[in-house]
Amino acid sequence: MKRDSLSVGLAVGAAGVAFGAVAVADHFTVAQACFLSLVLFSGASQFSLVAVMSAGGSALSAIVTGTFLGGRNGLYGVRMAQILKLKGWKRALAAQITIDESTGVAIAQSELEDQKTAFWYTGFGVYVFWNLFTLLGALGAKAIGDTSAWGLDVASPAIFCAVLFPRLKERKMLIASILAFVWALSITELVPAGVPIISTVVIAALVGWK
Amino acid sequence: MNSQWIAVIITSLACYALKFIGHAIPEIWLAHPRVQRITNLIPIVLLSSLVAMQAFTIKTKFFVDHRLAGIAVALIALKAKLPFPVVVVGAMATSAIVYRFKI
Repeated sequence: MKRDSLSVGLAVGAAGVAFGAVAVADHFTVAQACFLSLVLFSGASQFSLVAVMSAGGSALSAIVTGTFLGGRNGLYGVRMAQILKLKGWKRALAAQITIDESTGVAIAQSELEDQKTAFWYTGFGVYVFWNLFTLLGALGAKAIGDTSAWGLDVASPAIFCAVLFPRLKERKMLIASILAFVWALSITELVPAGVPIISTVVIAALVGWK
Repeated sequence: MNSQWIAVIITSLACYALKFIGHAIPEIWLAHPRVQRITNLIPIVLLSSLVAMQAFTIKTKFFVDHRLAGIAVALIALKAKLPFPVVVVGAMATSAIVYRFKI
């Protein structure tokens, strides 16, 4: 399981190359790209911030979109706090690595101790590799070129399929997953970025009500 | 300070605050079985919709392309119970090949 956590770290971290490269191609500095990976550390928010500003959006619209996409990490925090039960600096540290991957791999485990181990290994694994590869991508932006040609655009959704897969044996989980998938795609062209994802919380509430 | 740095710093701090608030919500608020069921489902719905967005949209527009082939291979590999790295690398390689040859 630790090996799985670290391979998630490496595979997702490698996608940091894409972020570094895209950020610099969109006229952000290497320092800004690295700051985002170190402090913001949430791929979707980082990509959206860069995309909004490079498309001519204001700083305010970039902040709102990025923060909105980061909102789900708070919801993951609610779930992970129940598993980790931390206080003080350990909680502050756990909060920083509370992201899609660390939560996803943690909840894919059936034993409580494995969930904790998976969270820390995946979280730190992604953190280290994501930052390393952001720097490499930012410095080598011109050499990499098109990230789709390396399959980097599909690394992240493939990983989420893998972490979701074992959970979908439970009927409610499967129903919620399918509804969320269909719902997000049906409204994506009608609402701002981030809304299709965060709004699926309503589906969780409806399916989990009884 | 330019507007890029302002956006970078404020978004970074706001996103950390959200992560921390989630962890700091008192456990007693979450003890009810209904709240438990819902918080268990939340990562599932968020990750599922995230897959939909990452694999089938471009800049919020619905779009099916080489990524579908990658996801299909990932699902087949998962169904066949292949190890995790095989799932991810298989998906990436398939997607990259379909992209390069414009199949």
